[in-house]
Amino acid sequence: MMEEFMGFERQNGEVGIRNHIAIISSVVCVNHIVQQIADKVNGGVAITHPLGCGQFGPDYSNTLNTLIGLGINPNVFGAVVVGLGCENISSRLLAKNIKKSKKPVEFYDLQEVKGGSPAAIEKGVKLGNSFSEEAKELKREPFDFSHIVLGLECGGSDSISGISANPALGVISDRIVKYGGTSILPEFTEWIGTEHLLIQRAIDKGVAEQIHELLSGFLENLKGLDINFFGVQPTPGNMQGGLTTIEEKSLGTIAKAGKAPIQGLIQYTEKPKRKGLWLMIEPSLDVESMTGLAAAGANIIVMTTGRGSPCGNPVVPVVKSCGNPKTCDWMAENIDVDMSPIIKGEKSVEELAEVLWLKMNNVLNGEKTQAEKLGFNDIAIWRNTAAPFQYMHCK
Amino acid sequence: MLNRRKNYIRMDLTDNCATTLNDIQKHTKFEINGNSVVINQDISLGHKFALRDIHKGDLVKKYGQSIGIAIKDIKRGDWIHTHNLTSQYLKEVLKE
Repeated sequence: MMEEFMGFERQNGEVGIRNHIAIISSVVCVNHIVQQIADKVNGGVAITHPLGCGQFGPDYSNTLNTLIGLGINPNVFGAVVVGLGCENISSRLLAKNIKKSKKPVEFYDLQEVKGGSPAAIEKGVKLGNSFSEEAKELKREPFDFSHIVLGLECGGSDSISGISANPALGVISDRIVKYGGTSILPEFTEWIGTEHLLIQRAIDKGVAEQIHELLSGFLENLKGLDINFFGVQPTPGNMQGGLTTIEEKSLGTIAKAGKAPIQGLIQYTEKPKRKGLWLMIEPSLDVESMTGLAAAGANIIVMTTGRGSPCGNPVVPVVKSCGNPKTCDWMAENIDVDMSPIIKGEKSVEELAEVLWLKMNNVLNGEKTQAEKLGFNDIAIWRNTAAPFQYMHCK
Repeated sequence: MLNRRKNYIRMDLTDNCATTLNDIQKHTKFEINGNSVVINQDISLGHKFALRDIHKGDLVKKYGQSIGIAIKDIKRGDWIHTHNLTSQYLKEVLKE
């Protein structure tokens, strides 16, 4: 059994499994410029999004913290932040915060570059490529698994996920925790119906109370609102795949988090305070939660899928694990690990967990995931604006 | 470990439903723990059927846990889905 992986050491002691140059939009207005810069920078990844201005309250904080978090993610070597010049999430503010991680950072605004977008692109490419030259000097070294922060994601679930790919990921999550690493389960609306099971695993009474307050508080907040939450959970695709109720979906969802004790709850994009298994408060869109996991410092994400999903992340490799035989066949290009032998009765969950473990190790050591090969670098930022979500921000 | 080449899986001994691992045709007969279960409808892969009669108002159990409440009487072998099962939260918490 492998107990080390080859990663890139960062100045702040974290370990990356990629050595990206992040080109970051502070605001939607410069997305095309950022994308064109990233395309021309060796090792460049574009971090673009539709936000960055006119936001306030928790909505503003989520965007700000997400962009900072993606910039300081251990898989990033250095960052070039590009702004427009008049937005309230400025390139200067992002750069100042990303710099705290001791990564090399540059920033500028389009409105301050004479020559408009062509000059701004040229400037960004120059800055990015100077970071690329430095990044090349950094070599992979062996590290133990205490440096791993694993994101536990699922998307396009069917009832097959809950009996195959999800429990297999649970085995891997428990292993990472046993090796002193960290694992994060997001998507709190998919814990509804499993509160009694999660509470039993809380490390202390305080954490148990937090879990109870979150879930019962959410349901309480729904009362009296003209919102049909259970019209979106489970999703139409979940139901076609055999999932009938939120309870059934949730029982499958939490299987990804194995059996380890729960250290506590963290906010969207918040870094866990200690090693071990953590729960992240995020409402449940997979791309949005992977963005939050990446911003919280995940260096790898495993996403289980039943009905199939192509999604990736610009800074964190996303390993797709699928238990549905038809999806593994039809969407083979989007799937990294075929877990369907579980359903076919050919292999056990434990046997397939070893296949996933091996693939994950290869990805940690540099092998590209299908989403990376395809260049799929999705970002969605949780817009914490609408009731009842507004009650879920930091206390 | 799952039993090899099975057409269904029961996640826990206390469950009153099982999940199909194949598309199952109506009239298919299974012997489950000494009881024979005849499937009453065509059921797609990943969907559920009743292992015994479930009365309206009873909990439907999978993984040894409640996954909701029967809103109709469900006969052994019946397909279980949104037409006869609803979330406890929809029914009790939100009173919908």
